[in-house]
Amino acid sequence: MGPLGPLNGSFLTQLIRCNGRFNYTIIQPFSSSAHSLVSFRRPRRLLLDPLAFNLQWTVMSEMTSRTADIMRVSSHREVYEPCDDSFALVDALLADQTNLINHNPKLCMEIGCGSGYVITSLILLLKEKLPNVHYLATDTNPIAARVTNETLQAHGVSAEVVCTDIASCLEERLAGLVDVMVVNPPYVPTPEYEVGMEGIASAWAGGENGRSVIDRVLPVVDRLLSEKGWFYLVTLTSNYPSEICLVMRKRGYASRIVVQRSTEEENLIILKFWRDKDEEGVDKETSSESFMKQFSRSLSSFMEKQWR
Amino acid sequence: MRLITHNMLSCNIKGVTNGFPLKIEAEKVIEKEVDFNPEFLRHMFAKIEWKALVEAARSLGYAELPEDSPDATAIESSVDDESLLKKLHHALLELHLEEGALVCPETGRKFPVNKGIPNMLLHEDEV
Repeated sequence: MGPLGPLNGSFLTQLIRCNGRFNYTIIQPFSSSAHSLVSFRRPRRLLLDPLAFNLQWTVMSEMTSRTADIMRVSSHREVYEPCDDSFALVDALLADQTNLINHNPKLCMEIGCGSGYVITSLILLLKEKLPNVHYLATDTNPIAARVTNETLQAHGVSAEVVCTDIASCLEERLAGLVDVMVVNPPYVPTPEYEVGMEGIASAWAGGENGRSVIDRVLPVVDRLLSEKGWFYLVTLTSNYPSEICLVMRKRGYASRIVVQRSTEEENLIILKFWRDKDEEGVDKETSSESFMKQFSRSLSSFMEKQWR
Repeated sequence: MRLITHNMLSCNIKGVTNGFPLKIEAEKVIEKEVDFNPEFLRHMFAKIEWKALVEAARSLGYAELPEDSPDATAIESSVDDESLLKKLHHALLELHLEEGALVCPETGRKFPVNKGIPNMLLHEDEV
């Protein structure tokens, strides 16, 4: 969380734009999960007094060049438009910007790039200090891949976009090469049969506990990440993020919460993972319980900060 | 699609053991200039399948790369090899397959490339 706490600049920027643009976006509730999605798109309450608003406004105008401009993000009715989850992920990257620059990645990748808002923002965040990073983005929805390309072009930046399931056609040859991986997976708990449907449903339908796709993504990310690789993942509390951290821990990764944000009905948590030599030596079975406790402690401290 | 991406793509149809490299059928090729960055090229060199790159570049109409893979040490100390690195740079990063297809070397299955995006999605019976 930045110095402005919950009223983090970029978030507010996007929030205002989001409200401006999406207030009247109505999605046909053609499946149970569409309801959850609609709730995501409902504007958060704006608690601003005029003085604070001026301050936010200043922050906002400074931030605009650092992340993708929502008005230049291309859209299509079959492609998920940036909303709270996308903004929370970009805020996590923004909060970690200095670390990312010092990390000096050669290759960054996003799995499930959707509208292209996140990968474009990542490029804009790093571009000035690290002009020669190579970027890759995948999506299982061919229209999303095309929309991502349009969003990149509208911002004058470039990334390689591939249409594939997770990263299946890249897994073999790209293994161990990705220094930064960013994933905003379909995490909404839905009936299993909705997972992997064509079009926009693939952007949110996450199956039981919203974990079907996440659980397939984790081993792929482990394979693709370089020795120094970092991994940012969007989750909900209903995805059991502590369990996700535990799964990754068994693969030798340490983790932390970068951003926590509550919307009206959902509680978003952006996790960051990195390879930690110490994690491999830990007695994994007996320490699971204390790990869970530790995770919930750090989560509650995040939530306290948000409401303070 | 740049050739650096092509060099990382393989066909993963179930049962296919030799899905790399994909053959390129080029319909439209474009060139976009990119800043020359020797550090990145040296970083990637170890991971590049040279023969696949030479073949791919040729199918996009660029035949300047040497047939045999250059020595890694030559790439590391590239003062003399600036021209070689420049060729590698051009082939890997500046040539784009805009329209065409990628063909699996084992099954002949074609994956279309439209507006620079390869569509590697598999049919249900291929997974």
